[in-house]
Amino acid sequence: MTTTSLAVLVPLLPFLGAAAGLLLGRTAPGFVRPLAVLPALAALVLAALVAVRQGGGPPIVAHTELTPTGSVPIELALDIDGFAALVAVLVAFVASCVQIYSTGYLRDDPRYPSYAALVSLFTSAMLLVVYSGDLIVLLVGWEVMGICSYFLVGHYWETPEARAASLKAFLVTKLGDVPFLIGLFALGTDAGSFQITRVLGAAASGGIDHPTLIALLLLAGVAGKSAQFPLHTWLPDAMAGPTPVSALIHAATMVAAGVYFVARLLPVFEASQAAMVVLAVMAAVTMTGSGLAALAQDDIKRVLAYSTIGQLGYMTGALAVGDRGAAVFHLLSHGAFKALLFLAAGVIIHAAGTNSLAAMSRMSHLRDRVPDAYWTMTVALLALAAIPPFSGFFSKESVLGAAEDVATGHTDHAPGAAGWIVLVAGLLAALLTAAYATRLWLLAFRGKGAEAPDHGRQPLTMTVVLWVLAVPSLAFGGLAYRSLPGWFDGRDLTPTLLTSVLGTGLALVGGLLTYGTWQRTSALAARVPAAPAPSFEWEHLQGEAAAHPEGDASLVEAHALADHEPAYRDLAHAPDPGRLLLGPLYRHAAAGFHLDAVYSVLFVRPVQAGASLVRFLDREVVETYVGGAAALPRLLGAAVRRAQTGNVQTYVSALLAGAVVLTVTVLLVATGA
Amino acid sequence: MHLAYPAVLSALLFCTGLYGVLARRNAILVLMSVELMLNAVNLNLVAFDVWLSRAAEETLHSGQALTLFTIAIAAAEIGIGLAIVLAVYRNRGTSDIDKLRDTAEGPETEGPDTSAAEKAEATA
Repeated sequence: MTTTSLAVLVPLLPFLGAAAGLLLGRTAPGFVRPLAVLPALAALVLAALVAVRQGGGPPIVAHTELTPTGSVPIELALDIDGFAALVAVLVAFVASCVQIYSTGYLRDDPRYPSYAALVSLFTSAMLLVVYSGDLIVLLVGWEVMGICSYFLVGHYWETPEARAASLKAFLVTKLGDVPFLIGLFALGTDAGSFQITRVLGAAASGGIDHPTLIALLLLAGVAGKSAQFPLHTWLPDAMAGPTPVSALIHAATMVAAGVYFVARLLPVFEASQAAMVVLAVMAAVTMTGSGLAALAQDDIKRVLAYSTIGQLGYMTGALAVGDRGAAVFHLLSHGAFKALLFLAAGVIIHAAGTNSLAAMSRMSHLRDRVPDAYWTMTVALLALAAIPPFSGFFSKESVLGAAEDVATGHTDHAPGAAGWIVLVAGLLAALLTAAYATRLWLLAFRGKGAEAPDHGRQPLTMTVVLWVLAVPSLAFGGLAYRSLPGWFDGRDLTPTLLTSVLGTGLALVGGLLTYGTWQRTSALAARVPAAPAPSFEWEHLQGEAAAHPEGDASLVEAHALADHEPAYRDLAHAPDPGRLLLGPLYRHAAAGFHLDAVYSVLFVRPVQAGASLVRFLDREVVETYVGGAAALPRLLGAAVRRAQTGNVQTYVSALLAGAVVLTVTVLLVATGA
Repeated sequence: MHLAYPAVLSALLFCTGLYGVLARRNAILVLMSVELMLNAVNLNLVAFDVWLSRAAEETLHSGQALTLFTIAIAAAEIGIGLAIVLAVYRNRGTSDIDKLRDTAEGPETEGPDTSAAEKAEATA
């Protein structure tokens, strides 16, 4: 088979799996698991084959026109360069892991068939985005991902949180997608084609007339999809979905799409200096803000969500300094360790019976209950905090190195201001990342108090996946940084000494600072007996967890989700180092710096006011005319109804009278009287 | 026999039947009155058939044939009618036509009334 037909099969197989899964889900439940796992694995094998055949050489380009579409043609096009080949391997790899993990995690879930089919569809849409060589076809995959995330985040639609979160994810990303669509049209009109190769050619020859406008419009969509400030607010709430879905959304699909899109069209963005500075500022605000917010979160998955936002900030930062190799390098290594973090968090939530870090910190021996999750999570957190020699170190240092290059004026790919902004924010974020990673690890695994409930062994499908993902989290960066430039632009990705020392040093400082604070707070907490209210809640929680010892993991999670608000609303007395480190900022950081309130003032309330105005006009104005028109027929009807007595004999009498009158009339007319 | 005798007798029978249909309260008596009207027509049919065939204007005796039709149809009609009356009586405990006024349109709400009737029918 040619490489092109192999590449066509990569997005097609999960799509067919999804269609078959949706059709057969009810009639043949035995086929659901194979139909979910096998297409993903096949796509992984094919994507790897395509990557091997592409081998970082010239891009594989193929296109066919399905039907004439007017002035700017839309074609089914394939454009696979080194970026696309490697990102597709990552997507298929993480999707396979998630599908296998889900067979264990949602094994008793009644909605598993539709869930698995939607995950397949999600994967297929992302692979379409990655391989597509036509911007409109890319947009199709982009939007399919949006609707799939809506369905998957709302998987537990019985809980109001999940319903609200799925709507929010959909609407906030749509808020960015509308400018994105306009930007795509503007770009296609300026370049005269929607094909990526031609668009890039036009950008290289300066054929794009409105670079700043187009870049900013496209950036809105990217910010929505990749959860960058100020459109990131949907991502922490999207934790209401099942944990494997969070892993998929955060590691390989959806949020990666935005970064990948900018990486693909970087020359278009580079044509505008202003757009690059905007991108840099966006990345800087995202990195530092999300780091602070992550330090204050209580839900383990929300901590991870904010960390995803921060790591995506690194990627957009790398793009802002014009180094897409570093951005995609970080995307790849982040994909592996973030998927691992989420899947391990799913195991931990299952074992602890709660999402809350504060509750976990009151549980001892949690790590003995889930040793696989403990070890793999430690690896992943070290990778997240960019400690050498874990993979996150190499990718993060390549980003910081690129920023330093630009800041010191070694390259002219991007304005120097962007370099400085990204460098300073990146170093600050390195400190914060290490701090919240340490906090998460300490609170989850070093808790003191009652012993964690024993739920027995975790399913094999769940633990094996963790170890499979731990390998790239551990070794990918160190093995790949020498060979990756051949796949990308050829820019060196080796960590430079200065930024490595600075970044690692700051990470160590952050980790040690958190550790010290934690020791102090836990010593304080040991001296002061816990307040009665939390301890009562703690008893209640123990009961909750013990209520389903062998329960399905996803059911435990749904339960934990529903119980979270009532049980932990004021559970503020846990020894939390974040509280001490952040001081007065803690309250604001926990609420995500009140961005939701800003959105509610800016968008939600005007829309609601408009809706009530429309309702008033409809009820009071339009309806009056309609009611008036109906009044006369109603009066006439009431008069006629009087005759309807129900007595059959009256009717027959009327009939007789009528017949007599008619007969007499006919006779009179006939006789001519 | 002069044609006037059967014609007058038939008219009297028809008027009696009409009075019964319009004025009697009992459903069975109403049905009997309907039969009277039908038989008045039958009498007319036979009488005029004889008269016409004597005048040799019509030799097929279609009046008599039509009478046989009418008798057969009347038998079927009375069978169904009596069955309905029986069902109504079992259901309501009465066969008074005056009291069967469920189809009346009145100012009062008819919701509970009809639903009660339906329930009674279902239990019967």
